[in-house]
Amino acid sequence: MNEMFDKVKKNLIWKSVFRRDYRNTVRDRAAAVFGNVFLHLHPVKVRESAVKLRYTWGMGGITFFAFIILTITGIVLMFYYHPTVSHAYEDMKDLEFQVPYGVISRNLHRWAAHFMVIVVMIHMFRVFMTGSYKAPRQFNWGIGVILLVLTFLLSFTGYLLPWDQLGFWAITVGTNMGAATPLLGYQGPFSELLHITPYNDVRFALLGGATVGGNALLRSYIWHCIAIPLVAIILMAVHFWRVRKDGGISRPQNN
Amino acid sequence: MNPFIEIITKPDNIAIVIMIVLVSFFMVWAFQQAFQNDKLKATGYAVDGENDTDVDTYKPLVRIELIISLVVMVGLTIWSVWVDAPLEEIANPTITPNPAKAPWYFLGLQELLVYFDPWLAGVVLPSLIIVGLIAIPYIDINPKGNGYYTFSERKYSILTFSFGFFVLWLLLIVIGVFFRGPGWLWYWPWQEWDTQRVVFEPTRDLSTIIGIDSRSWGGFFVGMVAVGGYLVAGMVAPYKYFKKKCPEFLAELGMTRYLITAFLFVTMMAIPIKMILRLVFLIKYVWIIWFVPGGLNF
Repeated sequence: MNEMFDKVKKNLIWKSVFRRDYRNTVRDRAAAVFGNVFLHLHPVKVRESAVKLRYTWGMGGITFFAFIILTITGIVLMFYYHPTVSHAYEDMKDLEFQVPYGVISRNLHRWAAHFMVIVVMIHMFRVFMTGSYKAPRQFNWGIGVILLVLTFLLSFTGYLLPWDQLGFWAITVGTNMGAATPLLGYQGPFSELLHITPYNDVRFALLGGATVGGNALLRSYIWHCIAIPLVAIILMAVHFWRVRKDGGISRPQNN
Repeated sequence: MNPFIEIITKPDNIAIVIMIVLVSFFMVWAFQQAFQNDKLKATGYAVDGENDTDVDTYKPLVRIELIISLVVMVGLTIWSVWVDAPLEEIANPTITPNPAKAPWYFLGLQELLVYFDPWLAGVVLPSLIIVGLIAIPYIDINPKGNGYYTFSERKYSILTFSFGFFVLWLLLIVIGVFFRGPGWLWYWPWQEWDTQRVVFEPTRDLSTIIGIDSRSWGGFFVGMVAVGGYLVAGMVAPYKYFKKKCPEFLAELGMTRYLITAFLFVTMMAIPIKMILRLVFLIKYVWIIWFVPGGLNF
């Protein structure tokens, strides 16, 4: 057995990937973190309390993990999806009946999305209950609030994509709120003063039309797959960076 | 099938059931730890994490992250094998479902449409929620309770946040998902939905109770006094109270911070107040600014 391990490990290829043996020394445990692009988000050492599940509930990490699952399943779904009125719904049917593992890909994507919305709200509740928004983490709480809103918007823009009755009317109801915006929505107060009509108001900008149609579908698709994830990824980078720069996971301050 | 079972096992609603279970669980856990820490502090002991030491990231933290990822992945996989994502008929602009519901996490806001006009329920109030949340760290000057669960050291902030989070956000979502049927009428989960059902509720405006037309100048002034009086009284009364009881707190808070805090709090409490006015006294509008184009009604 050991001989076999030796054969696997003592060759040029293995050594080019892993650089060095892991011998469970302080130095190697540290190197395992800062020598790894994925793990180096973490500091080399953390406070004992930051590892306690009963303190953080792991909710922020679970939210991020849900985001990764959504990215992967989302990419899979993009291979089989055309954001057009004539194809979108048929592509859903194809996912159901033709595409190998199409059903579970879509199921995973939808349930992970609901799950992410739930855990991100619980994450906010935990951060509030432990007073972790207090100095020096005030700014990061604000970033977190924006990420919460982006999570809602990601889910919301994805709702329309199957182009079924459920999504169509949910988006109709949701974007109708835009029409009620004061000054900028055609049904909102003061909008007459700016000569706002259904054809130049906020809702028109959201939908690319006066009703939910092909343009709205394309806009949802681009917001959902590119624009919002891009902003979310940047803000997540800031969020994680600031967790470390503000002194790691919050803990009692008197020592 | 029993309508109650039917409604909680609709594929999308399973997520809401999971949310209720998870949120309740973590609510109990958070408050339990808060009371536990309060007891420790009261008897002079250190709270969780006060005397902790450093541990390696690799492996204690990495291990726990791996385990959680696996548990989440297994859980989501079981959920996805067990329940299929819904797909209704192809989108049809000519057939409006009744009720037409927004995605579930916005149903709290849709529920507010019963009590407020869309510009308030759909635009102004959500914007204030976001602004208010971001403002929290800047208006809460209490340095205590940073980094551990506690209740006794932060009673007011925790009660306010919990009211907003559990009642105004989550409870309204649950009502929107499970208790609203055709025509956005109230249905108990065991009641059959009836699309023919009409409920006629003769609503009125505040000023019509004392016999003044709400769309006249008289009605305008009555409404202005009511809304303005509520805002001013709601912001001045706590000021007077703190001035008398703990002036040093008020001095530390400062005028700007006090005004923002009081405004956000008074606005938040206006939501349950308007709900009671509407549900108990059948008042639709408190204040109608009828001469504004498009209507600016509270």
